[in-house]
Amino acid sequence: MKLEMKDSPGQLVAALTPISEYGGNIIAVIHQREPESPSDTLGVQIVLEIAQERLDALVAAIKVQGVSILRLGEERLLYRQSVIMIGHLIHTDIGDTIGRIDATGFAEVAELNVHMPAIAEPSTALITIKATTRSEMGRALDILRSVAAEKGLLIVEPLAGAEA
Amino acid sequence: MRVAVLGLGAVGKGLLRMLAAKPEIGLVLTAVADSSSACIDPAGLDPAAILDTKCVTGRCGPSGLTASDVIDSGAYDVLVELTPTNAVTGEPALTHIRSALERGKHVVTSNKGPIAADHAGLAALAEDAGVALRYEATVGGAIPVIHAIRDGLAGNRFSSITGVLNGTCNYILTRMDDEGLTYEQALAEARELGYAEADPTYDVRGIDAAIKLVILANTCWNLGVTLDDIAITGIDGLTVDALRLAADQDCTIRLIGEVVPAENLLRVAPRVLPRNHPLVIEGTLNAVMLSTDMAGEVTLMGKGAGSVETASALIGDLIAIRDRYVECG
Repeated sequence: MKLEMKDSPGQLVAALTPISEYGGNIIAVIHQREPESPSDTLGVQIVLEIAQERLDALVAAIKVQGVSILRLGEERLLYRQSVIMIGHLIHTDIGDTIGRIDATGFAEVAELNVHMPAIAEPSTALITIKATTRSEMGRALDILRSVAAEKGLLIVEPLAGAEA
Repeated sequence: MRVAVLGLGAVGKGLLRMLAAKPEIGLVLTAVADSSSACIDPAGLDPAAILDTKCVTGRCGPSGLTASDVIDSGAYDVLVELTPTNAVTGEPALTHIRSALERGKHVVTSNKGPIAADHAGLAALAEDAGVALRYEATVGGAIPVIHAIRDGLAGNRFSSITGVLNGTCNYILTRMDDEGLTYEQALAEARELGYAEADPTYDVRGIDAAIKLVILANTCWNLGVTLDDIAITGIDGLTVDALRLAADQDCTIRLIGEVVPAENLLRVAPRVLPRNHPLVIEGTLNAVMLSTDMAGEVTLMGKGAGSVETASALIGDLIAIRDRYVECG
């Protein structure tokens, strides 16, 4: 989001405080005095992640601080993670497997690439999940793990911190 | 310093060969036992002659003497326990090690069974007796990872350990990735080359890697974990397609052991890693990545098996004990 605030002490902190209060995670703060902007205001760009359902409350809280939000660019489903699934994917109802992730509302299956070598042999799929925040990605993967355990599927996950 | 060796399989033979080849190290062999015989000479035995005897007769000395006789003889400062691993009970090595520690003797071992089964108990016994228990050779073959945790990185706080701890699995996955072999083909090739046992279950199901992870977790954090605490998935269900799908993303698959105490995570499983990740190593190599507060990430890589490579780890432990405890003349 791009914010405009008074160029006076304490304004940036006032704008940032609600973000942590609402459980947001600040990824970057870009702070520049643009030559064309009026001298008593300051433009600041903030990149943050926050759960979708808390965004409206955060926007309101920032406005209460007297900071105006010039632009709010949203990229829903910020996180992508791919895992490999092996087993009888089709016969264990792949539609249901995908549905259980999609039903969460905070994560969805964005891509599915299935290889089926021969009838009765296990198939292999690369399944890419998108989620809004890191913790929601974690919850989506937990769901996938439990579905896999239930259906006897093998999941090969990326090593944490080593995602491609 | 006087050394007694129990077990004359590949590892025991490798150690004796190196003791014969490197007399300058100053380790004196005073007793040896294999599964059916033993010989003891407080004045010192010739390791080369014992290897010859073993080669010709299949025994290291006259029958009638056993490993217990060696332990009871007391004619040694350090007992080197190299008998075959029993992953479930740790026996008979566990009894050998306990008896030696109770006698006030130092112990060096390559035997994963007893260290995984009762690290805390054995460490307490050693401490009470004022002697050393060292087991560098149990994890990562020649890689000095236990030294790194205890000495080189002493004073650091460790947040995680991840590693490639089984060379057989790493070989199979490397071949599936490089050549598009199926799991069965790669396993057959590993067997032909002597990298896999006739019964590869222990390796390919991740049990061997999990035992090593138990040892690392208990060494690093004293977690008191056992094999039952590790979530284990092997590589035997992996398909060529899985490796191909990973390759499409410039990644590959390796069997990774992972401990993250803060997340209560103890897991051995095949994982997807970018090709340029430090744990993506080739063939039968092993690697361990330690995450620390001061040193950051430290990755050690090297040969995870082999008789001379294991002898390197054993001799490192023996010299560490000599330098710390034994005044040498």
